[in-house]
Amino acid sequence: MDTPFRKESLPRKTFIVFNALLLSVLGVIALIPFVHVLMASISDPFKLAANTGLILWPKGFSLVGYQKVFESVEIWRGYLNTILYTAGSVALGSVLTIFGAYVLSRRNLYWGNKAMFFITFTMIFNGGLIPTYILISRLGWIDTPLAVIIPNCMSAFNLIIMRTYFQTIPESLEESANLDGANKLQILFRIMIPLAKSSIAVVALFYVIAQWNSYFQAMIYLRSANLFTLQLVIQQILLKNQATTASASGSSAYVSVVAELIKYCVIMVSIIPMLVAYPFIQRYFVSGIMVGAVKG
Amino acid sequence: MQGTKREGKIRVDWRRNRTYYFLLLPVLLYYVVFLYIPMGGLAMAFEHFSPAKGVFGSAFVGFANFVTFFKSYYFWRLIRNTLILSALGLMFGVLSPVGLALLLNEVKGRLFKKTIQTATYIPYFISLVVVASLIKIFVAPEGPVGNLFSSLFGLDNSLLTYANGFRPIMVVSDMWQMTGYIAVIYLAALSGIDHEQYEAARIDGAGHWKQLLHITIPGIAPTIIVLFILRTGQLLNVGYEKIILLYSPGIYETADVISTFVYRKGLLEFNYSYAAAVGLFNAVAGLAMVLLSNWLAKRYTDTRLF
Repeated sequence: MDTPFRKESLPRKTFIVFNALLLSVLGVIALIPFVHVLMASISDPFKLAANTGLILWPKGFSLVGYQKVFESVEIWRGYLNTILYTAGSVALGSVLTIFGAYVLSRRNLYWGNKAMFFITFTMIFNGGLIPTYILISRLGWIDTPLAVIIPNCMSAFNLIIMRTYFQTIPESLEESANLDGANKLQILFRIMIPLAKSSIAVVALFYVIAQWNSYFQAMIYLRSANLFTLQLVIQQILLKNQATTASASGSSAYVSVVAELIKYCVIMVSIIPMLVAYPFIQRYFVSGIMVGAVKG
Repeated sequence: MQGTKREGKIRVDWRRNRTYYFLLLPVLLYYVVFLYIPMGGLAMAFEHFSPAKGVFGSAFVGFANFVTFFKSYYFWRLIRNTLILSALGLMFGVLSPVGLALLLNEVKGRLFKKTIQTATYIPYFISLVVVASLIKIFVAPEGPVGNLFSSLFGLDNSLLTYANGFRPIMVVSDMWQMTGYIAVIYLAALSGIDHEQYEAARIDGAGHWKQLLHITIPGIAPTIIVLFILRTGQLLNVGYEKIILLYSPGIYETADVISTFVYRKGLLEFNYSYAAAVGLFNAVAGLAMVLLSNWLAKRYTDTRLF
């Protein structure tokens, strides 16, 4: 069906070549910030400070920035907190999403449509920042991990994705299990959840990424430094560095150039887990988006 | 008669589906507590709210907070900035992924297609804090982009300190982060187009351009419209979490939007009622826009969200 390249017409050939070039440029643009930060992060701090423009190859070589970052207690504690909060939030959110999506995918539920509207309505209208903040403070959750773990643990969008998937499982399966004497909970836990494994993985991954990357909740609800998430620590370090750079005079030139270098290392340290995991999880994401795209 | 029939139905449904409702209960509880209670808390927008007295004990002031906002010096600036940023976001955020998906769709080599798709998709996974730091690094006078502008136009400060620079920075960085991700959705829609349509068009003598106009674009139009409507729902929030990381008082002229104003008034200046009123105004306007775009889509095309 596909015509070989040499048999294409001249305008078509020109288009194919230009298209490939344009896409390559776009691919490079997508990746170049990472290259710049990676190369800067292993550069010599003094040469880095003197540099202007894009860095495609390390200016000198030094790992002093990474050494400082790994010595930092804040970073490790931030990592640990993020892992704990993410684990808790994703576990809770996934269970709630599975329950909600499964029940709302059942036909012949008298309250089904009303409950679905009750949930999806929050996608287009909700109380917003201030009333939510007041609620969290009323609950006494300010400066506790609960404020970061629970309030945003599930999203209506992911519930729709999973519900769409449950709806595709043939009803006959449930009927035959029912005839075999399985009750509703057994059908859910022994048949439906194992069947929906890949779609559950997708939704759980969406939650992991969202929770791992979020900073706003942590910023407004957490006060004690020992509770801070990784993203919050990074934000603090980048701000703190700006302050020290500004205050460091000629005498402590070394401190200020290293502070500049540390910025790049902190960025690398925070995105490396994501970049390493990305090739493995990308497949799931694409399939998850496609399920979601069917239904919107 | 009607009432008893309905009651009977409810009773049968409860007997049959009780288990389901028990499973649904924690989910509904979550929505009641974390989404509907704050919705009720919006009542504070009509009060002189004090946290000590609570929503039920604070003094009722009617629309006073709204009037203060509408008369405020900042009102038009916030409206203007919010609308401009969201219009730009809507335009580029919808069109550039369509463009990327169409270009990728023309590629025959699978490996090349996959490589480009992977590369353009990566930025989506980066956190806002890191994206904001990347932006600051790139537009600093010694950074790759800032350096270019400093040698071309003599702009010697970070581009984030110029009010004119803020909108382009938001648009370009959003495109960098989101284009590859949204393009995947369009690629999924493209792969769903029936291949026989292309065959038939080819037999009728339609060239690539004609096929694009008459098969491909109509084929993905419903997806474009659905994403467009969904996006209008987020419209008035215009990525305020990112703006908070990037802006500074010197560029509020173009950078301050309604949501960032709510954040400052409410959580930094503790003016809860006023901030809640501005937030409610924003949410109602957002809801109106979703309903409007849904209505327009229903009226002029066959696609709609609800």
